[in-house]
Amino acid sequence: MGQPTTAPTAKADGPTTAALTADGRILQVPAASATHMPPAADPTGRAGIPGRRWVMVIDLAKCDGCGKCTEACGKMHFIPPDRYWLPVLVLRDAQSEAPYFFPRPCFHCDVPPCTKVCPVNATYKTQDGTVLIDNDRCIGCRFCMAACPYGARSFNWGPPHDPPQALERGYSPEWGFPRRIGTVEKCDFCPDHAAAGHLPACSSGCPMNAIYFGDQNEDAVTSSSGETLQLSKLLRDRAGYRHLESLGTEPRVYYLPPVHRQYPAPDEQKAKEKAT
Amino acid sequence: MSSPAFDNRPAESQSPEAQALRDLVATMGSPKLPHKIVVICLSLLAAWGLSCYVYQLFNGLAVTAMNNYFSWGIYIVNFVFFIGISMAGTLISAMLRLTGAEWRRPITRLAEGITLFALVIAGPMIIIDMGRPDRFLYVLLHGRLQSPILWDVLSLNTYLAGSMLYLYLPMIPDLALLRDQPHFSKWRHILYRTLALGWKNTPAQHHRLERAISVMAVVIIPVAVSIHTVTAWIFGMTLRPGWHSSIIGPDFVVGALYSGIAAVIIAMALFRKFFGLGAYITLEHFRKLGLLLLVVGLAYLYFTVNNFIGSVYVSSVEESPLLASLFTGDFARQFWVMIVLGMLIPCLMLVLPWTRNIGGIVTASVFVNIGMWIMRFIIVVPTLSSPFVPPPSKVHLAYFPTIVEWSITVGAFAGFTLLYILFSKVFPIISIWEIAPAAPTQPIPPAGREQP
Repeated sequence: MGQPTTAPTAKADGPTTAALTADGRILQVPAASATHMPPAADPTGRAGIPGRRWVMVIDLAKCDGCGKCTEACGKMHFIPPDRYWLPVLVLRDAQSEAPYFFPRPCFHCDVPPCTKVCPVNATYKTQDGTVLIDNDRCIGCRFCMAACPYGARSFNWGPPHDPPQALERGYSPEWGFPRRIGTVEKCDFCPDHAAAGHLPACSSGCPMNAIYFGDQNEDAVTSSSGETLQLSKLLRDRAGYRHLESLGTEPRVYYLPPVHRQYPAPDEQKAKEKAT
Repeated sequence: MSSPAFDNRPAESQSPEAQALRDLVATMGSPKLPHKIVVICLSLLAAWGLSCYVYQLFNGLAVTAMNNYFSWGIYIVNFVFFIGISMAGTLISAMLRLTGAEWRRPITRLAEGITLFALVIAGPMIIIDMGRPDRFLYVLLHGRLQSPILWDVLSLNTYLAGSMLYLYLPMIPDLALLRDQPHFSKWRHILYRTLALGWKNTPAQHHRLERAISVMAVVIIPVAVSIHTVTAWIFGMTLRPGWHSSIIGPDFVVGALYSGIAAVIIAMALFRKFFGLGAYITLEHFRKLGLLLLVVGLAYLYFTVNNFIGSVYVSSVEESPLLASLFTGDFARQFWVMIVLGMLIPCLMLVLPWTRNIGGIVTASVFVNIGMWIMRFIIVVPTLSSPFVPPPSKVHLAYFPTIVEWSITVGAFAGFTLLYILFSKVFPIISIWEIAPAAPTQPIPPAGREQP
């Protein structure tokens, strides 16, 4: 992922670096004038990172359902065992079709049904496209949970039991802990990782390189192996789609269909387990 | 509308006004032993519910059976139910007033009381359901008008204020009558004198009061329609099968009329029996309201059929799991109890001549309100059981309310009844000045006797 810059094209004396403008042009600018993103987006966690449009692509053909993404996510966010931010579901579209593994993060919709219904602006969309929750604002009405058609949201029903590391870090909507009782939480696309130029925990934790993450403005997504692909070409070539497109929520998570799979399908895995 | 210009002083004569005043003042005296026991039991239940809420406050919503899939439970069911029966007052005192149904007079106040206390219970139900009741004021501080919750908060408070006003305005002449009663205790005198606002029963005052009541009658109807519609929209504005439907607003309005009328009939029966008001609340009232209940019941049945028939016919992928869970699955028992006990049997009872007596009509009304509570459950809970994206295989979808949830529910119903009884002990439950003109047409038997 490159660094955006606000510097105009200047007569370069010294080393230059490529920079992408907000309207998609690539400029050569002096390397010295390029500004680096701060590690944390902003103290309130409401602004997001300027110039970014985070996007995720999950290659269902590569996913073998190992659950390492769920694990990495759980570790990163200290997620209690009663909930998942990123479960790996088993979907089957029809009886005659094969089941497939389906990691389900928050889709960070561009038309989010959850933020629409929030009475107190506790859940909101930042300028980089992520949908976050301010647990210091949330009143716990759970309307967003009812409104989310994907079941991406979980609730802190009882007093949280966060480990000392979580308490140490202090709260920000960018990572969602230490948890607050009676408030809603969900996958946040790891904005603190993104701000530091790292992949989200699930993506870097995927041994199959199945979870790509990147910036739509750069038209590039990267997987855990470091493989960086052109987003638009990837979606075009691999028939990328968004889950339940008909709902009109405009998700920021794309899936590549589970064709030419490189692993045993869920039913084959089950049969193997039975045999052994 | 003409009003009786009767003498304000306690009359010694046997005029109908004086008789009504005597009868109603008699109901406000100190209660008999069985009534006291009822009040004590209700207080204990309400206190038990309240202590369960305190327990929930300390331990979080984890003490309920709600989970990340069934994220709303019977607190929301209770909320919708109480909002529903709050339709009672508006129907009787505003709609029937505007249509010139004079028979409504003896039951306007008891109906308006249901409205007020149903709202007083419904509002806190939302707070009880909140994960962070301590942040309730955020709704005002950080409120987003785009959220249907804000619509509901605004509508509910408008309706609450309007209903309070609409209960109070027609009570002013009665409060003046009570103020002028010599044998009341001191606190009652102060209360009635303060609330009577110096009412002297002058034609000018009557004129102003009538105008105010007429304006309120017109204003309160759209507000009442809005509260039921907006409550429906909380569900309707989501992408959930079973909720996201164009009929849900009108469906809630008709459902509210249905349970509201039934609630009025039950209240009428109780006051008639325990307050000995058989002379004022007659079989005629039960028959007329029973007929209204029947009409609304058939309309609600029609709406309910419309709710499902399209989805059944096209069998869409989204709706089918929900329909299966309702018709034959996890919620089939509740669903069919609702249809049979809550709709078919009451409507049949209201049609058949041998159940169209007070007993039959009241029984039908009790069935209606049991059915309507279940119907609210059917609206809120099963939809949450059929999400678009299935839960992880380890998660088992189920919701059985806990003791805490049931206790708070029972406490809410007890609290509602208690408030209503206390109200009827402090204020006359029948509008004395309004029924007086109609009284001469009916023979006045000794209080407490049935007069079918």
